Amino acid sequence: MSVLVLAEVDNGVLSPATARIVNAASKLGPVDLFVPGPRAAAEAAASLAGVAKVMVSANSLLADSLVATLSELAVLYPYMVASASSVGKDVMPRLAAKLDIQPVTDIVAIEGKNRFVRPIYAGNALETLVDDQPRHVLTFRASAFAPAASGNTAPVEVLENTVQSAAKLIAAHRTESDIPDLATAQIVVGGGVSVGSVEGFQLIEKLGKILGAAIGATRAAVDADYAPNDWQVGQTGKIIAPDLYIAIGISGALQHLAGIQGARKIIAINSDPEAPILRIADVALIGDLFEIVPQLTAELERLGIKR
Amino acid sequence: MKILVAVKRVVDHNVRIRVRPDGSGVETQGVRMSMNPFCKHAVEAAVQLAETGQADEIVVVSIGPKPANDVILTALAMGAHRGILIETDQALETLAIAKLLARVVDEEKPDLVLLGKQAVDDDSNHVGQMLAALTDRPQATFASEITLDEGALTVTREVDYGRETLALPLPAIVTADLRLNIPRNAALPMVMKARSKPLAVRPAAEFGVDLAPRLKVEKISPPPERVAGSRVGSVSELAAIIAADIDAMEAI
Ligand SMILES: Cc1cc2nc3c(=O)[nH]c(=O)nc-3n(C[C@H](O)[C@H](O)[C@H](O)COP(=O)(O)OP(=O)(O)OC[C@H]3O[C@@H](n4cnc5c(N)ncnc54)[C@H](O)[C@@H]3O)c2cc1C
Repeated sequence: MSVLVLAEVDNGVLSPATARIVNAASKLGPVDLFVPGPRAAAEAAASLAGVAKVMVSANSLLADSLVATLSELAVLYPYMVASASSVGKDVMPRLAAKLDIQPVTDIVAIEGKNRFVRPIYAGNALETLVDDQPRHVLTFRASAFAPAASGNTAPVEVLENTVQSAAKLIAAHRTESDIPDLATAQIVVGGGVSVGSVEGFQLIEKLGKILGAAIGATRAAVDADYAPNDWQVGQTGKIIAPDLYIAIGISGALQHLAGIQGARKIIAINSDPEAPILRIADVALIGDLFEIVPQLTAELERLGIKR
Repeated sequence: MKILVAVKRVVDHNVRIRVRPDGSGVETQGVRMSMNPFCKHAVEAAVQLAETGQADEIVVVSIGPKPANDVILTALAMGAHRGILIETDQALETLAIAKLLARVVDEEKPDLVLLGKQAVDDDSNHVGQMLAALTDRPQATFASEITLDEGALTVTREVDYGRETLALPLPAIVTADLRLNIPRNAALPMVMKARSKPLAVRPAAEFGVDLAPRLKVEKISPPPERVAGSRVGSVSELAAIIAADIDAMEAI
């Protein structure tokens, strides 16, 4: 009973989510990893504990051609698994329909070989499902699982892949930064629309930098062009589960809360003592973010915090 | 050029839902229902394409109980031309929905199918991708920009690393994200006019699709509750708390 996992490669590098998906998937059986990317990413994947074999195809693929490739491999596997990332969400339902399987996605807990828990209604309810189909197509939320250890040396097999996509990638706009990966970061600092501008977000980023934190934003902040779309946290953005989330000028709409329910600790900075985020924050400071954030950054620097 | 738009009736996104104490589901009795927000963006995109002369017919389809007529009427009021309700009282899984839609695609032969990227009730984010598989069409999910220029379709997608732009041959399937456009509120005359547009109601059983669920919902439970913690009075107190948290993280 083995598991075919679709690894996640971003810009030629194995994404940190993959180690978490491998760890989760290995609860279901030995893992074979399919790596759509360069050899170096496959070598990194081969070091993950729980991986029996890595298959690599350097062809960069879009959903239709990736599904064509995976559905050929799929005949050998009772489980096909990916991260609930933008790639996994794009590819796995298509794969499932092609194989006539009802997928189970955004899984946050594995309660057995065929019993899974997933959030619905923006995380305001949890659905426990039993999947008695002979084969399973699943996506896991990376933030809900710990990463697999490394030190393994699984064999790497190169797949010749000639499948062509009907669609063509004509441009990629990547948000270049040295900020940690949002979906797997240990600390996240998030800003809302009240941060007011791109310059305002630099205050948030400066605080984030000394904490070694990833930066998140609300939909309202992204819609206003204060922050790039890949910083959006929530029902339609990224799901995060850091040890610490610092929400700055964020009201706490249920669609935003959907993305932060897994945070171990939430600190809120907000000028409104009635803001909904304060009903769930572990620690709150009421006041003006434009005064507090620079002071906080300076104070943490004074305390010698540097990550 | 013909566009098919699929829309879903869901619990309104502003409603704070309640999980039934017996674990059997989410309370939907007496709760405000409306068109899934993402579907609204899909309808708006279609209407804009018609307004610029890129499309000449917009057919909107919904699958659900009789009251799902309401969301079709909303779409017709926004500017769609004709509606189809595939009526069923059963809660269908996404695979069954995609199979029903594939039958409609067979009948209607649209050049473009637009859907919302996910529904805010089950948050599945499946149907567009599944329909693309079943109809063997290329897909562009999570669209924040769609341009159609003499049959050449270009879609910008929101992805985890930023944005990417795809060129797709038609016919194709596109799912809408929230930054695609700002959906209009139909003016009263349009709402009145919508009532006179054709709306076919067809029982789901008529399509000869296996609608039986594949999964068993064992229970629906509320998420673990979070409670408010403490309030601090100064920046230095807050800094001390953060510093202690970081010490604890690094100790592990
Ligand atoms: C279908 C759907 C999906 C959505 N998906 C998402 C999603 O994925 N992610 C998401 O974030 N949102 C999402 N939203 C939007 C969501 O409903 C909210 O509109 C949004 O999260 C609000 O963002 P905000 O907190 O920045 O803004 P607001 O709600 O306007 O809150 C601003 C906050 O800033 C505080 N403030 C103002 N000035 C200051 C100051 N000087 N100092 C300190 N505090 C200050 C205010 O007290 C307030 O609490 C979605 C909505 C819909 C309908």
